[in-house]
Amino acid sequence: MSEKTDRGVLEIEDLFVFYPVSTGLWKQKTNYLKAVDGVSLYIRSGETLGLVGESGCGKSSLAMASIRLIEPAYGRIFFEGKDLMKMSRRKLRGIRKWLQVVFQNPYDSLNPRMKVSQILGEGMRVHGIVKTKDEERKKVLGLLELVGMESSYLEHYPHELSGGERQRVCIARALSLQPHLIVADEPLSALDVSIQAQIANLLKDLQEKLSVSYLFISHDLKMVKFLSHIIAVMYLGKIVEIAEAEALFLQPMHPYTRALMEAIPQPDPFAPPPWLRFSAHGELPSPLNPPSGCRFRTRCNFAWEKCFNEEPELIEIKPKHKVACHLVTT
Amino acid sequence: MNEVNQIELKVENLEISLIRKGYEPLKIVDGVSFEIKKGEIIGIVGESGCGKTLTALGIMRLLSDPPLRITGGKILFKGENLLEKSKSRMRKIRGKEISMIFQEPMSALDPTMTVGNQVMEIFKIHLGLGKRHALSRTIELFNLVGIPDAEKRVYSYPHELSGGMAQRVLIAMAIACNPSLIIADEPTTALDATIQAQVLDLLKRLQTDFETSMIFISHDLSVIAHIASRVYVMYSGQIIEEGPTEDIFGAPIHPYTLALMGSVPKLEDVAMGRGRLTMIPGKVSGIGERVKGCKYAPRCEFAFDRCTEFVPPLYKYTENRKSRCFLIASEHNTMTQMKTEETLKEKT
Repeated sequence: MSEKTDRGVLEIEDLFVFYPVSTGLWKQKTNYLKAVDGVSLYIRSGETLGLVGESGCGKSSLAMASIRLIEPAYGRIFFEGKDLMKMSRRKLRGIRKWLQVVFQNPYDSLNPRMKVSQILGEGMRVHGIVKTKDEERKKVLGLLELVGMESSYLEHYPHELSGGERQRVCIARALSLQPHLIVADEPLSALDVSIQAQIANLLKDLQEKLSVSYLFISHDLKMVKFLSHIIAVMYLGKIVEIAEAEALFLQPMHPYTRALMEAIPQPDPFAPPPWLRFSAHGELPSPLNPPSGCRFRTRCNFAWEKCFNEEPELIEIKPKHKVACHLVTT
Repeated sequence: MNEVNQIELKVENLEISLIRKGYEPLKIVDGVSFEIKKGEIIGIVGESGCGKTLTALGIMRLLSDPPLRITGGKILFKGENLLEKSKSRMRKIRGKEISMIFQEPMSALDPTMTVGNQVMEIFKIHLGLGKRHALSRTIELFNLVGIPDAEKRVYSYPHELSGGMAQRVLIAMAIACNPSLIIADEPTTALDATIQAQVLDLLKRLQTDFETSMIFISHDLSVIAHIASRVYVMYSGQIIEEGPTEDIFGAPIHPYTLALMGSVPKLEDVAMGRGRLTMIPGKVSGIGERVKGCKYAPRCEFAFDRCTEFVPPLYKYTENRKSRCFLIASEHNTMTQMKTEETLKEKT
């Protein structure tokens, strides 16, 4: 355990994900949609990296590519020092148990024809973690307890569970193989407000107990702040700002980060409404044809000449705080 | 009656039941009452399954019957009971006088028609306009709701639009005939925060410009806080708290409202570390489950013996606030409540 804390769990270098898009008459021309456009990230062991951005900015593509559920076009991915990109599919399958995913919609990600006990037991059987039926049952019971569910749920089918319970089962299933990294792709957004808090607390408890790392994707900045050590803000396939959670909220530097924060309505009728505060105008431009220069310039209130011509680099402004904006210089 | 305080819609004791063969009718919406003044936005807030959407569909008379049926109450729109209207009359009211904005803009639009045609249809049906006239009105409308390149956009199909644009089209459809009431059912839930802010801004502007009344349904307290002047909190088919927005957010009185607000952290308050979000234990009871007494009692941290025995009425707290909770029962209220409880006991 101790040596693990020194090393990162996941290190991504210059990752690109392209999707071919056919256009033109008879679909002759093939353009490439750059969903992820040169992203580097680093997740320390036992920590959470929060990834925020609007829908369509490439968050999910990045997350899925980072564990090779989508094939990246270029880039290097190191999982605990091992290069995932050089691994064969077969070898990768052996490593998959340490890389688990919790998806957004717990309604779709559970097999409706399997009981909870089967759902939780399957992975352990496949990966040879359990040998006998008794052992499997014991482990499954332990998992249910871990996610705060009673043993009576063992014989239930997914349709008999509420949204929150289903998400708990998904988390338990991810935990069943003792993963080192869980990629949680919007795990809260399909849930009710009161249930979101339950699941967010659960994720945090589990991290403290098992020191598992999360790549937590969300568009809800409050939850990201609550769960993450480091937050990366993504816009049109690129990271525009990355910093430690506290620092980012204390001093957001990129105009987009600020716009995102200002857009969140506060549960307080006396606070200025989100639309009266500084915000980004317009919508996310098409990722097929991103703007020249800085990608955010079409929606930015501060865009100037340089933003049209030059693409800003992600530079370290302060220790552990990187920003890609021409307005911010060291 | 004076112009300013004109009541646009008054819902009295609305009851919607699930009717199944061989089963007793199950009340899903149970005695919901509220009213909207002209030009006012009210907010209905609650978790999924609490009956918010059913209430909205009930007002529009759009419930699928069977199995859902309005089994009681009155819906008075400009003094006339909508429940007594014929189907063809309702069809004329829908879209023209009362219109609705749905949650999923993509599934609310017809994928096989251009968005322009879908909006033009409204003008043709409700106002009897010709094609050319309808088109120019549609373009005008698109400009009003902030759709760029309106002249070109009318020829787009829904799949060519982003979620925010599709929602703007839906809003355009809703305001096409300048209705006096708009029911917006989670209109911003499917949108990103930045787009949500823009759409909320648009709705608020429309309300002030056209004096449209609006029922704004949402599960998001923060959105309600900014858009509504009066809030109704629903739980398990009942209104459990109501009052002016400032009062409810300033000092919620029902334990559920209190807990709901606790589970939506303010941005400043949350931080990484050992802290936890306050959460409501348990889950919303399913519609099939019959909870004796107060429906929130199983999850309530203040519940005492009376809560699990009797259903609390909607107590009046101050002049314009009500709460369905025994904790705020004043002495007078308690006396009458105890009397009804006694008669109930005698009956059983």
